[in-house]
Amino acid sequence: MTESLTEDNRPIRLKGRSFLTLTLSPEQPFAGWLARLDDLARRSAGFFLNRPVVLDLEGVDLTKAELSDLIAELGKRNVWIMGIEGARLSLLGPGMPPAMKGGRPGPDFDAPKDGADASSGDRPDSANAAPAGGIEGISARDAARPVPSIIVREPVRSGQSVIFPEGDVTIIGSVASGAEVVAGGSIHVYGTLRGRALAGTIGNTSARIFCRKLEAELLAIDGLYKTAEDMDKGLRGQAVQFWLDGDAIRAEALN
Amino acid sequence: MAKVIVVTSGKGGVGKTTSTAALGAALAQRGEKTVVIDFDVGLRNLDLVMGAERRVVYDLVNVIQGDAKLPQALIRDKRVETLFLLPASQTRDKDALTEEGIATVMETLKKHFDWILCDSPAGIERGATLAMRHADTAVIVTNPEVSSVRDSDRIIGLLDSKTLKAENGERMDKHLLLTRYDATRAARGDMLKVDDVLEILSIPLLGIIPESSEVLRASNLGTPVTLADKASAPAIAYQQAARRLAGETLPVAIPGERRSLLEKMFGRRAA
Repeated sequence: MTESLTEDNRPIRLKGRSFLTLTLSPEQPFAGWLARLDDLARRSAGFFLNRPVVLDLEGVDLTKAELSDLIAELGKRNVWIMGIEGARLSLLGPGMPPAMKGGRPGPDFDAPKDGADASSGDRPDSANAAPAGGIEGISARDAARPVPSIIVREPVRSGQSVIFPEGDVTIIGSVASGAEVVAGGSIHVYGTLRGRALAGTIGNTSARIFCRKLEAELLAIDGLYKTAEDMDKGLRGQAVQFWLDGDAIRAEALN
Repeated sequence: MAKVIVVTSGKGGVGKTTSTAALGAALAQRGEKTVVIDFDVGLRNLDLVMGAERRVVYDLVNVIQGDAKLPQALIRDKRVETLFLLPASQTRDKDALTEEGIATVMETLKKHFDWILCDSPAGIERGATLAMRHADTAVIVTNPEVSSVRDSDRIIGLLDSKTLKAENGERMDKHLLLTRYDATRAARGDMLKVDDVLEILSIPLLGIIPESSEVLRASNLGTPVTLADKASAPAIAYQQAARRLAGETLPVAIPGERRSLLEKMFGRRAA
């Protein structure tokens, strides 16, 4: 079927947005763990109500049937799972919450205590997935504090993601084909940009992308995308900067 | 204390097993006790390249599961007495390897050998991550073409995050072994040039192994190329790579550079 072309040729805007979710790490046997969860819920009715919850299955070995049972059991307790982290892809599929990745530790939620509404519970949650090695300025401890920029002192390899919604990312090295850099602010690459660079992902229209040598697969600023095919061929291999001008990404050689 | 080296690539068919055998034999010929371990459980090949396929009784999985002692599974090479093979099982799969089992085997081997070379399976899954887990040094085998280079880049990322060294905050030594390099095709632009590969991967070069029928012939004979014809171009390249692994500083010659000079001379004469 062919759809008639509409007059409106405005590009579709895809934006990133980050939310703080609660992460639940179930432990086996699930019956015991669910009992403890019930205990927690009894102390504070509606603790999970209206809270997005991600299930962290890192290190948990279970079958697809066990997983859907677990999700159903949680559903009975009004815990709605919006995504699953750390699970084998084979476990997931239609009807299951989508896989989540690239999560970073946030401030701990206080578990409700007996009697008191919520005093400051010190639960070092084992939320993992800090970006791979060599990344400065962001760790589990100070992720909660706003940091304006990070510097990555080594090449970003194929398959790696550097995700920093808080601000600028500077890479001293190259970004490989199949790697991605996602920044809330601008992206600076002091090397060859071969992979993807997504700047200004949380609605920053003044974000820019700079690279010493342009070989990128995909660029985006504030949700506006540009693939390698759409880029000016003359800019390939050059030092280039990109910025947003209304609804268009503009590019200019830096030399 | 032994040096543990993983020979890895991400992509299959680039020459990991051939390189493990050739480097292992070259290191053993220096008189240092060397063991090559086949981590490719289910698709074992290293025994064939080493010419030991008829001598395999017990394998790595047997040792891990406690069915055999480590010395029972080690096969001593008939040509070089300091060279040993720990074969993989062909009838099992990678799930038969346990992290604790591998750790115990590696600890024991470290006490008795100078070099432990782990031949990684292709891919980035369990087999490959277990093979790299205990390594101090990685040899990344890459062909001069884009898919191999990108897969190698992916593996380098894993080496920097999934190994014990990386988890302890140490840096893993990584070396690039460029195999199946054909100077004529690189000059024509059909293949990536050495500089292009080095620029993309930005790790030090261990050696360049020229494309050669010698390599295939040695494999089919069940002889590591460094033992088959020691004067052949690939054998010399592997021997030099082994010396660099052992810490020697040798300049890396790009195969065919001399030839391109000859070509220039011929070109001039014809003109």
